[in-house]
Amino acid sequence: MFTNNTAQFYCEGIVKEYYEVPVVQDISLELPEGGFISLLGPSGVGKTTLFNVLSGVEKPDGGRVYLNGEDITGVSGKVSYMLQKDLLLEYRTVLDNVILPLLIRGEKKKAAREQAACFFPIFGLTGYEKKYPYELSGGMRQRAALLRTCMTHNSVILLDEPFSALDAITRRKMQAWYAEIAEQMKVSTLFITHDVEEALILSDTVYILNGKPGKITNKIEVIPPRPRDRDFPVSNEFAQQKRFILEAIGDK
Amino acid sequence: MKKSPNIFKPAGSPHKSWLPFIPAAAILLIWQLLNISGIIPPYMLPGPLQVLAAFAGDFQLLMRHLLYTLLEALSGLAIAVTAAFVLAIIMDANRFIKQSVTPILLLTQTMPVIAVAPLLILWMGYGIAPKIMLVFLTCFFPVTIGLLGAFASADNDALRMLQSMGAKKRQLYFYIKIPQGLPAFFSGLKIAGSYSIIGAVIAEWLGGDAGLGVYMIRVRRSYSFDKMFAVIILVSALSLLLIKLVSLIEKAAMPYRKGITENHG
Repeated sequence: MFTNNTAQFYCEGIVKEYYEVPVVQDISLELPEGGFISLLGPSGVGKTTLFNVLSGVEKPDGGRVYLNGEDITGVSGKVSYMLQKDLLLEYRTVLDNVILPLLIRGEKKKAAREQAACFFPIFGLTGYEKKYPYELSGGMRQRAALLRTCMTHNSVILLDEPFSALDAITRRKMQAWYAEIAEQMKVSTLFITHDVEEALILSDTVYILNGKPGKITNKIEVIPPRPRDRDFPVSNEFAQQKRFILEAIGDK
Repeated sequence: MKKSPNIFKPAGSPHKSWLPFIPAAAILLIWQLLNISGIIPPYMLPGPLQVLAAFAGDFQLLMRHLLYTLLEALSGLAIAVTAAFVLAIIMDANRFIKQSVTPILLLTQTMPVIAVAPLLILWMGYGIAPKIMLVFLTCFFPVTIGLLGAFASADNDALRMLQSMGAKKRQLYFYIKIPQGLPAFFSGLKIAGSYSIIGAVIAEWLGGDAGLGVYMIRVRRSYSFDKMFAVIILVSALSLLLIKLVSLIEKAAMPYRKGITENHG
């Protein structure tokens, strides 16, 4: 257990059961301010369940979630999350999709639009404000969805396999781009993935979730620390860490 | 093999909107020839030209009756749409109400409108009120059912996303359920639109002093078959026009649909 934890966002001893069968057990994670941690595990290990608990959509059967020292267990809206499906509403323009979090908070449409429009250049969406989602490519749709997520103004973002529906080339680009955006927007990220390389490239720390019920079996501090140079994915360090993780997942 | 006629158009061939006019013209021609030849006496089946003449002769009278019928139909339709929205939202938001009201809603639809109409006249008199009521009764159901189905099949993930942003119930309807329900709403509205004209005409048959239904009764009593045909054609033209109008509103209300159907259709 963490005592006097100073991390921006952390959880302790999370347990979640469905019909009295535990899905995840004793999960503790910590995400420092501006940090990037990944949760890596095979399909069906309870990643999305844990994610629902952390985002406050579901209440855990045990354990607590904290944000900036405040207990936010079971409270939604405190941290933002984004899914693999971009969930852009087809009947709203890109700009009007992006301002949804602001509108829901009760801000005026005009003010919300002005506020969001400033971010379009940073997200590479300039000129697409008035387009409808069907006019955007997969990568652009994800960027728009991410901008919408950022408009919640929460400092912690949970990403559930956000890039897994994209083709390999677009995915690489989006990963690099996301790392930059997270830095610029000063957000901390918890990233859920089953892609070992993606986890290594992006994260400070990789947690491996494995078994039934899902438990944290390993915690890997990725070396070297971020920011890393472009050759990292072809370095020896990368290969060693990748082998270690693959073995850790495969053992169970 | 011999090339088969163009009944089954090959996929992707351009839509030729003038094609239906060929058989229509043929039918009109045969009809007129029957009339000229005298096989069927003209007083029983007037020819198209006679019908046209009757239409032109009574044009002003017909237009006056038409406006009255249109007023009844549109008022009834407007009330039906408003009520359908209110009821559908209440039913969708409350499972208990939905389960208890749905059977009653279905039951009302099994009642023949023609049988109810005389009762309405008895209760509400010969004025415009029973006509509007009958239009309301015929149009209310298709719109309500369409909306209920659409609300129930709203995208759950999108709803959850909005809830995670802290959206209230009212906002879920405003941002997700109603806009996602628009296509189903407009399908229902097209059906209701044509029902509304027919409903108004049926109500007029049973009494009143204006409307296309009243005109129909009068010309039938005087055995003016040519005028009869003229008014029947006018009623169906009016229904078609109303459906077309709904389509136009639909396109204007959902500019994004064009792209969706182009991409996936």
